[in-house]
Amino acid sequence: MQIIHEDLLAMVEAMPAFPQGVSKVLDLCSKADCSPKDLVSVVERDPVLAMRVLKLVNSPFIGLSQPISSISHGVAYVGMNTIKNIALTVAAIGMLPRENKANFDMDEFLQHSLGTAAVCKRMAGLKGVKETNSADYFLAGLLHDFGKVILVRQMPDQFSEALEEAQKKKLALDAAERMIYKIDHAEIGAVLAAHWALPEGLIRAIRYHHSAGDLSNPSLLEQIVMAGNLVVHRLGFGSSGNYYPAELPKSIIKNLGMNIDEIISAIGDTDSLFADAKAFAST
Amino acid sequence: MRFKFWGVRGSIATPGPKTVRYGGNTTCIEIRGASNELVILDAGTGIFQLGNTLAPEFPININIFLSHTHWDHIQGLPMFSPIFVPGNKITIHGAMDIVSQHSVKEVLSRQMEHAYFPVKETELAAELSYVDLQENDCIEFGETRVTNCLLNHPVLNFGYRVESAGKSLVFTGDHEWPYNIYDQTDPEYGAYQEIINARRQKIIDFFKDVDALIIDTSYDDIEYEQSKVGWGHGTFDKSIAAAKESSVKKCYLTHHEPTRSDDELEDLYFAALERNDISDSDPEFILAKEGVEFLA
Repeated sequence: MQIIHEDLLAMVEAMPAFPQGVSKVLDLCSKADCSPKDLVSVVERDPVLAMRVLKLVNSPFIGLSQPISSISHGVAYVGMNTIKNIALTVAAIGMLPRENKANFDMDEFLQHSLGTAAVCKRMAGLKGVKETNSADYFLAGLLHDFGKVILVRQMPDQFSEALEEAQKKKLALDAAERMIYKIDHAEIGAVLAAHWALPEGLIRAIRYHHSAGDLSNPSLLEQIVMAGNLVVHRLGFGSSGNYYPAELPKSIIKNLGMNIDEIISAIGDTDSLFADAKAFAST
Repeated sequence: MRFKFWGVRGSIATPGPKTVRYGGNTTCIEIRGASNELVILDAGTGIFQLGNTLAPEFPININIFLSHTHWDHIQGLPMFSPIFVPGNKITIHGAMDIVSQHSVKEVLSRQMEHAYFPVKETELAAELSYVDLQENDCIEFGETRVTNCLLNHPVLNFGYRVESAGKSLVFTGDHEWPYNIYDQTDPEYGAYQEIINARRQKIIDFFKDVDALIIDTSYDDIEYEQSKVGWGHGTFDKSIAAAKESSVKKCYLTHHEPTRSDDELEDLYFAALERNDISDSDPEFILAKEGVEFLA
């Protein structure tokens, strides 16, 4: 199936962001003293806003000498006003409707994405990743399922069929997707991210978040995003429509030195970890 | 390499008795490379007078580099007489608009639309071409090369480094030193500070050892802290610190705040020199003055 073509790319360009993100952006920007850190915190919590900012700041037309892999990094390079204007441009498109033809719960999905982001960032800290780079882990966690946003919006019937088949046959969602439309949300998200010239590490983390175990030498980011996703599934925080995710491969358990339960206990108080995600997604 | 200021005022042209000494035109700098090749940095209102001096050299090859496309840096372009004369070749370099994704040509063509100007961009007689610069591009002509560095302003702003036969000059365009958007008590503060530090170091390296640093010094430091943070401009103390740190030979302070009279500008300048304890081993600090030519 020819999934990525010009029409799809054009439609993605016009994709609105999550209602939570849009209303917060409009609210913040209506104030004369719009606080930069508050605006960054909104942009980096809405997958559509975050993706759009990353896409523009990494645009080959600008050709920045280094890839921008977090929103705050983007602010430091292209300036607050540019980020604010990108956010406002996206907000002006409208809001992703809460109801959709795929019957996919976008609020639950946002919680899942934010939860994964928080877990990935915490895991990065546990694995000794420098504070400066931990925002990359947060963002990769947030965007790992971006392909699903595309599917809900552009191919709701097929996505809905995949969701139902996965439930019925007790399949991992990505497997059901490949069965029905020969590609899965991880690949769709990665192909778009690559088309937009996002940083290579982020593209790979999206592409391999269900299959990092198949790689001969997976990066820490790829492994943490794969494990972080499963941690959030195990804890039942939000929902990504995947009720039978595959187990974390042994090789990754070995590399990380922890299985899912051990990661959960190392993380500690997940309520406080998820408090921020809950607060954002429930507004 | 020679250079001459044709406009040193920030934000808006300010003709009048209070700005006669330093000048009221907005930013424009003429540079002549070792073989007299012409580079123009920014096309504020000062470029009008510059254009009127160029006729003896027609047909002429002109490379214009725009730091950014805010009004005070492009407003003189439609009145720059060489664009109306056949045979002249004019190349305009600059950054595209990241938000709208419009090229430099698209952005500039708009200021010549019917509602704003009687002559359309397509009707100009000179041979005009446009280059959307990418960070770290290197443009060479004659003995001159121009490299760029992304600086910090509310719109993409390139600083330019012009080198010719062993001499060098940096012009910042409009630049505010990036600051930490987090409070010291925020968990994000440390990581963000590291990004800022790396960014500052990259800019200092770009300035390093130039013969002439022409730097946005719009504000006094107190006025900046009180009400101008985030506006995208530099201050006396920050410019002086950066010039010292990058060991430039001479530092020209420019983009004078438009409400400032000549006397007020000089008062702030003298106070800043005093405050910053300038000694013999430091760079020479000079207030940029319209109509004055310097050797780099």
